[in-house]
Order: sequence, then structure tokens, then C-alpha cells
Amino acid sequence: MASLNPEKSREKRKLTGFRASVESRRHARRWVRAEQKVVLVVLVLATLVSVLATVGIIYTLLKESYGFFQVVPVWDFITGTKWAPLFEPQAFGVLPLIAGTLLAAGLAGIVALTLGLGAAIYLSEYAPDRVRRIIKPVLEVLAGIPTVVYGFFALSFVTPLLQSFLPIPVIFNVLSAGIVMGLMIMPMVSTLSEDAMVAVPRELRDAAYALGATRFEVATKVVVPAALPGIVAAFILALSRAIGETLIVTIAAGATPNLTLNPLESIQTMTAYIVQVSLGETPQGTLVFKTIFAVGLLLFLMTLIMNIVGRWVVRRYTERY
Amino acid sequence: MEREQPPLGSARVTSPIAASVTRPRYSGPTPPAGSSSTRSAWRRWRDRFFFVLFFASVVIGILALAALVIDVMTDGLGSLDFSFINSYPSRHAEESGIRAALFGTIWITVGTAAFAIPIGVGTAIFLEEFAPDHWAVRLVQLNIANLAGVPSIIYGILGLALFVQAFALDRSVLAGSLTMTLLVLPIVIIVSQEAIKAVPGEFRDAAFALGANRWQVVKTVVLPQAIPGIMSGIILALSRAVGEAAPMLMISSLVFLTFIPSSPGDRFTVLPVQIFNWVSLPQPGFQAVASAGIIILLAVLLSLNSIAIWIRNRYQTRY
Repeated sequence: MASLNPEKSREKRKLTGFRASVESRRHARRWVRAEQKVVLVVLVLATLVSVLATVGIIYTLLKESYGFFQVVPVWDFITGTKWAPLFEPQAFGVLPLIAGTLLAAGLAGIVALTLGLGAAIYLSEYAPDRVRRIIKPVLEVLAGIPTVVYGFFALSFVTPLLQSFLPIPVIFNVLSAGIVMGLMIMPMVSTLSEDAMVAVPRELRDAAYALGATRFEVATKVVVPAALPGIVAAFILALSRAIGETLIVTIAAGATPNLTLNPLESIQTMTAYIVQVSLGETPQGTLVFKTIFAVGLLLFLMTLIMNIVGRWVVRRYTERY
Repeated sequence: MEREQPPLGSARVTSPIAASVTRPRYSGPTPPAGSSSTRSAWRRWRDRFFFVLFFASVVIGILALAALVIDVMTDGLGSLDFSFINSYPSRHAEESGIRAALFGTIWITVGTAAFAIPIGVGTAIFLEEFAPDHWAVRLVQLNIANLAGVPSIIYGILGLALFVQAFALDRSVLAGSLTMTLLVLPIVIIVSQEAIKAVPGEFRDAAFALGANRWQVVKTVVLPQAIPGIMSGIILALSRAVGEAAPMLMISSLVFLTFIPSSPGDRFTVLPVQIFNWVSLPQPGFQAVASAGIIILLAVLLSLNSIAIWIRNRYQTRY
């Protein structure tokens, strides 16, 4: 532990006698107090940055969306089934983008829930400690891989693999993007679910074992129900991540706004549309450019609600043992 | 616990009570020891079966990771040499290199660190050590948790509207660094808070008892103890910034950049953006170049993560 730095003043005291020492100590104390005041101001300013970030996001999205919604009515935007801002005649119905986003995230959710929950049950209920300590970090590497790398993987490996046994017309399809996105969010589901399962007290398991339950029965009838809020929250948070994911769907799922539920087709997600416009030659300030703020606002609200619900589920339903 | 329908074998039994009285074969939830009833065999088989299934999901995850690494390596190792690292992007795949993106990434990472570390650690210190238990403080904390969940592309929109346009920074290194700062700030704050929380309260009490004021306690006791944790968390946050493409796609958006930035006002490109550009080019040669770029990117991330883990293991103290 570091000292509180009194050496200097002590030395001075020895040299200059009692009176000067009182004087210098008073001086030092005043200095210490002033320093704390200055530091406190700096810290509060730092804290305000994160508040300003939120204000900035909401202000930017609302301001530009307001301009957009003065031309395109909100209701037409939300209920329109055709999205073609870049072509004549223009159409501003966002449903195809929402459908594409939800389809991609839904596929990812199916993959991530199956694999993630299976892995979490294995790690928490079956795996010996030694195995667990090796496997867990390896799985978490999946969460650290950049999304552009996943996009490349989807396009160059998963899509050809799927094309070898599925009738996929063009190279871009939402199934490939969904599966790869599922792999990306799987560690999130497995880690958060496993944390919830590990928190289930031993006694509950022991009681079930004492009644002659098998490990599978203990896992599915005791541990999973007890850890359910944590698992649901993990799933919601992972889905929200998938909805906001950009690169995988931009690279592998295509750029065709498409109101479909067919996972073999090419679609466009909200995020991929934002990238398309910002990479293109669209002049700033035009109506087309403002669409990215309207779509961004919608995306922001969707993920915000899911994140709030996810955390609320944990707080509201977690049992304390 | 809910009771399941007895499977095969006991199908003829009409009443479970009659069965348990008249037959030795018991079909309730708890088979007596030593009896090799069909039900307990079924339950054991089911246990084994699902064990394989659960284990398979782990194996699939690891296999996918292996497939990804092998896919990238087979495509990219051929193009990976010193001239690839030292060349600028080109219209010809075999002449393309990653020099501009590599230096751009270094600029952005250093710039992000310069803003995000003081602001993030400062916020964490304020929230953990100084802030009173007030509704406004709780709101700030809630806000940080929500910011951490905002999709990265939204930060791109913010950066474009705020830094590039409103602050007139153009598509510069500075605009990119500020955008990345906002993106990683919630992560830096949260990991720093965790590290500060891990310092035991007794340490603070001891310093207070010696007459130190709050800032002296933080400066001389809490921070020295918390710095390894803060450092490893910050490196992990920065490695997130290195791999993040979506907001940089909106801020940098330059395909062929044939110079490296020499000041914060210069234009830039970063590794993930360069890789994205190569991936989206239709000519076949660029797939190999993209993979070579990915290998470099993964190597950078691997070394950053190794440093973070090394710091954690080297300096971590358990209380």
C-alpha cells in the first residue's frame, strides 16, 4: 500500500521548527482541500460526457427524423410495405427493413438459444471443472471476433456450404447471415445463462438427486426453471445485439428490401440500409439522407426497449437464495 | 416436479396404483434400487442422449471457430508477406497492401485511448468514490448501462452528424477517434467501476483513519490497487474499437487511401473498413487479399488480448 505522502512535510518540520511547521501544515491542508475541489469538478465534467452522449444521440436522431416525418407521414413510414428511397418512384414503407431485421435476428436467436443453452447446461451441470476452465474461454473467443470477419466467413464458407444442399438462388441470403450471427451471440447466451445456473444453490440439486433424479432431470426440471429469468434475459440481450449487428448482414444478407419470411432469399436489414446510404453518393441534407436518421431512430428504440426489458426481467424475477 | 407418462413396456397398465400393488415392476418416479425396470433404463438412456446433445452444442461452437480460422488461413496465407503489410491498396489484387489501414488503426486506437481513458476512469472514480446515493446519480448509472447496449451503427450516425458535420471536423482521424471514444466509453466506465469496487473497504477505512481526505484516499490507495484491473479492461475495450467496423464505415468511407495520416486532421481508413471494401469487391483475387487482412487484424487483436490477460494474471491480487 502506498503511503499518504507525509514525508515531505515531516522533513520540512525538522528543519524549520515548531511555529513554521504549524504554518506549513495549515498551508498543506488548505492545498489538499483545494486539490480535492478541483479534482471533483473535473470528475463531474467527465461524468457529464456520458450524459451528453445520450442527449446527442437522441437529439440528432429526433431532429433529422422530424424533418423526414414532415414529408413522409409517420404512419405511412411504419405501415408501408415497400421500401425504395433510392429509386423512382420513391417509397418509404419501413416494414420490409423491419421484416429483414427480425428474420435475421430470429434465425440468429434460434441458433444461439439452442447452442448457447446446450453449452450452458453442459458447462454448469456436466463438465468437470478442468474441462470447463478450458472450454469457456475458447467459446468466449467467438464473441471477440470482429463482425467483419464473421461477414467474410458467412460469405466465403457458410453460404457455399448451404448452397451445396439448399436451393439458394443468389449468393446473398439471410439464412447464412443468421446462422453466423447466431454463432457470434452464442457465447453471450451461454455465459449469461451459465452464470444464472451456477447461482442456483447446490441444495436444490442435491434434493432432486436424493429423489433419484438423473442429471438430465436435475438440469431441465430444477436448474433451468430456477435460472429461467437469467436465461430469458440473456436471450433478450443477445437478440438485441443481433438486431443492431451491421457487418454480417451487410456482407452476407444482401441489399434487397424484401418483405418475406423465406430464409433463402436476399433481404436488407435496417443496419445494412444505413450503411448503404452512408457509403453511397447521397448528398447530405436530402430526404434520402434523412431516412437513415428515421431508420436509426427506430433501431435505437427497438434495442433500447429490449435492453430495458432484459434487465428488468433479471431484477424482477431473480430469486434470491 | 411433474410426472411423465410411463414409456413403452408399461403401456398395458391402466391404473398406476393397481400396477404398484399387483406387479413387481414399479413405474413411479423413484425406481427401487436394484430393479432394472424399463422406465429407469429409459431415463438413463435419455440422460445419456441429452448429455451427448449438450456436449454437441459446445463442440459445434468450437468447430465453427476452427472452420473460421482454417477458412481465413487457407484463403489468406498465400497473399501474406512483407510487401502486403507495406503496400497501399491498389486496383490490382496482387499489389494491394494494408499499410494505410494499419497506420489508420494505430492512429484511431491511440486517439480513442487518449480521450476514453481519462473520461472513462474519471467517471468511474466519481460514481464509485464520490457520488452520493441520489436519483440523478442512479439515472447516470442506468444511462451508462443503456449506452453500452446501443448498436454501434448508431454511434456512426451520431459521429457523422455531430463530429463530421456540426463540428466541421470532416472525415478526419479526430472525428473517428471521438466517435470511437463515445462507443467504448460505457465499457471503459463499467470495467473501471468493477476494478475500483474490488478494492476492499478496509483499505479506504485505514487511509481515512490516518486523516486523508477522499481524493487522497483515491489517489494513494484505491487507484494504485485498481490500476491493473482498469488497464486490462481498457485494453479489452480498445480491442473492441480495433475490430469495430460499422461506425468507421460511416466516418472514413474511403476505399483507396494511398497515404498514412500525419496529423489528427487527416483522412484515414482502418483495418476492418479496408477488409470490408475488399470483401465487397467482386473480382476473385480480392478474397485472398481480404483474408490476408483478416489474419493481420486477428493477430493484432490476439496480441492485445494476450497483453490484457497477462496484466490481469501478473498483477491481480486476491483479498
